[in-house]
Amino acid sequence: MPYRFIDNIAIADAAFEATGSTLEEVLLSAWDATLKTMVENPGSIEMKSSRSISIIQGQPDLLLHDFLQKLIFYKDAEGEILRVKALELMRKNNLYQIRAQLSGEPIDPSRHQMSVDVKAVTFHRLAVVELESGWSATVVLDV
Amino acid sequence: MSLIIIPMPDAAYGFLLMTLTPCGESVILDLPMSMPETLIKRGEALWEIPVSYKRGMRVPARIYATEKLLTSMDEGVFEQITNVATLPGILDYAFCMPDGHWGYGFPIGGTAAFDLDQGVISPGGIGFDINCGMRLVKTDLQFDEIKQHLHTLIDRLFGRIPAGVGCRGTLPISRDDFRELIEGGAAWCVKAGYGLHDDLRRTEEGGCMSGADSAKVSQTSIERGYRQVGTLGSGNHYLEIQVLRPEHIFDREAAETFGLNIPNQVVIMFHCGSRGFGHQVATDYVKLLLERMNSRYKLDIKDRELACAPFRSPDGQDYFAAMKCAVNMAYANRQVILHRVREVFSDVFHRSPEDLGMEQVYDISHNTAKIEQHTHHGRKREVLIHRKGATRSLGPGGFDLPPEYSKSGQPVIIGGSMETGSYLLVGTEGGRETFFTTAHGSGRKMSRRNAKKQFDGKKIQRELLHRGIYVRTSSYSGLAEEAGAAYKNIDDVIEATVQAGISRRIARFIPVGNVKG
Repeated sequence: MPYRFIDNIAIADAAFEATGSTLEEVLLSAWDATLKTMVENPGSIEMKSSRSISIIQGQPDLLLHDFLQKLIFYKDAEGEILRVKALELMRKNNLYQIRAQLSGEPIDPSRHQMSVDVKAVTFHRLAVVELESGWSATVVLDV
Repeated sequence: MSLIIIPMPDAAYGFLLMTLTPCGESVILDLPMSMPETLIKRGEALWEIPVSYKRGMRVPARIYATEKLLTSMDEGVFEQITNVATLPGILDYAFCMPDGHWGYGFPIGGTAAFDLDQGVISPGGIGFDINCGMRLVKTDLQFDEIKQHLHTLIDRLFGRIPAGVGCRGTLPISRDDFRELIEGGAAWCVKAGYGLHDDLRRTEEGGCMSGADSAKVSQTSIERGYRQVGTLGSGNHYLEIQVLRPEHIFDREAAETFGLNIPNQVVIMFHCGSRGFGHQVATDYVKLLLERMNSRYKLDIKDRELACAPFRSPDGQDYFAAMKCAVNMAYANRQVILHRVREVFSDVFHRSPEDLGMEQVYDISHNTAKIEQHTHHGRKREVLIHRKGATRSLGPGGFDLPPEYSKSGQPVIIGGSMETGSYLLVGTEGGRETFFTTAHGSGRKMSRRNAKKQFDGKKIQRELLHRGIYVRTSSYSGLAEEAGAAYKNIDDVIEATVQAGISRRIARFIPVGNVKG
């Protein structure tokens, strides 16, 4: 699931572009990029806990915003870092709905190389667009 | 009119063409591509972008910077500060401080005052880390007295004050307690035994903004924040033990006023904010206002991060009351951290904090909106001031100052990078033109990713140790991101504030120990 960090916007923070052949893939890529911003070695996260989330939004950028905010929420509220185990995207009556299974574990500084806290997903240049070749998202995180 | 061509050191920027008008103003005609084509020099460290620059600007934008700082500012600064100038009810100018850099909505360093009836309130003018701020504490210890204990002190502070991603505090409070805390601020903590009454007197707003209403914040924000009181966080948040060398005192009388009167005096400085709670309050209201601002208030903005509501509207008042909760959380957070610092020093030296002379010098806020009374065009009036990555800097006799600081003016604590040192300034009468606002830090010049590519956290730690600065960190990559070279030269930033007349140097502190979030 590809993403690349962008160096020349909002230099005090973290920006990335995520791409995928489908909107689901872009959502997963963006989750990985946000996780990577906080954890240098996301592969070290063991899938121990299980959490279900559901999000409904009318626009794909707001859907992505709320989806990534879940990662930030559980990091602060539960001290957990989570990966996406399964994701289902439905579109009905001009609404997007995500149902996802998240899995991970409490932050363990002895195994997880933590980097920087992500405070929020900003609306600054937030964009999710459908291209001929697939989908692309631009996200700036406040860190 | 004469023409001056100034070669630029960076070949990518080419050169500046500057014309001098008969009255001495200069106009830069051709600038680095990121900068506006028309900048009017209004003073040694003051530049103005006229309303003709962008459609919809209601007032000019003013940037406080030396030429060196101005030409190093990124394009986001110019784009964003001129967007701020389009907001309804803005008074006089959209200001940007010398450490300005790319933010969201407002640039970091952005400041704007609004009419209470015609103006708006915008979470993007305050920031996600509401009331991120600085606290300075003096001791009566000299560096020689702590030298042999330095590693012990830093190790214990690192152990006692949680830092890093998702860290949790040690304050055992319930969600209901937290609701009381966010309405009571640092005063709640002092009442609970975490500090002294004098700490409150020497905190902006007395450590509590009145009117905070916990009914206006979401349960999500409570869940994110109630277990984080007394934590540093990460990124550019830190706690330092610093030393004030005699040659770094610039105004002995004012330094004496702030209790800085011992050779090689040891002080503690720290920087943190309202943690996940404040971040969520901002997130909630940016979303809410984005949904409503056009349909309810017919407000049109240049950037979604400038989402706003008329200040007097129900939504504007709800955000203001919620923001105050986050402001109070940050005051409480720093109050608990101060308590832990006192505990650690007391444990190590087997002396009480009072005996060690551990008195708070001041606590200042960076990211806030406040109603303040200012003299504006000759008459006193209340205005709503947004300061984002900017510091209030009241001059002598300013409101809200403890009596002992009335003559000197408000202490302004400017944190530098962990390698370069920090400053204590005071507000001046000249600050009137910025509604008594000045800079807040060094300002980044290198992206976090570039810093991580160029620097190695463990190597930085070793090099700093060699230079006599002992660092403990929760993240080596985070340490690399905060390398001194990633920031502008703090001396340049301070010089710009002094040249502009918006603050004055009192003292410079050198770090000897650092807890990095």
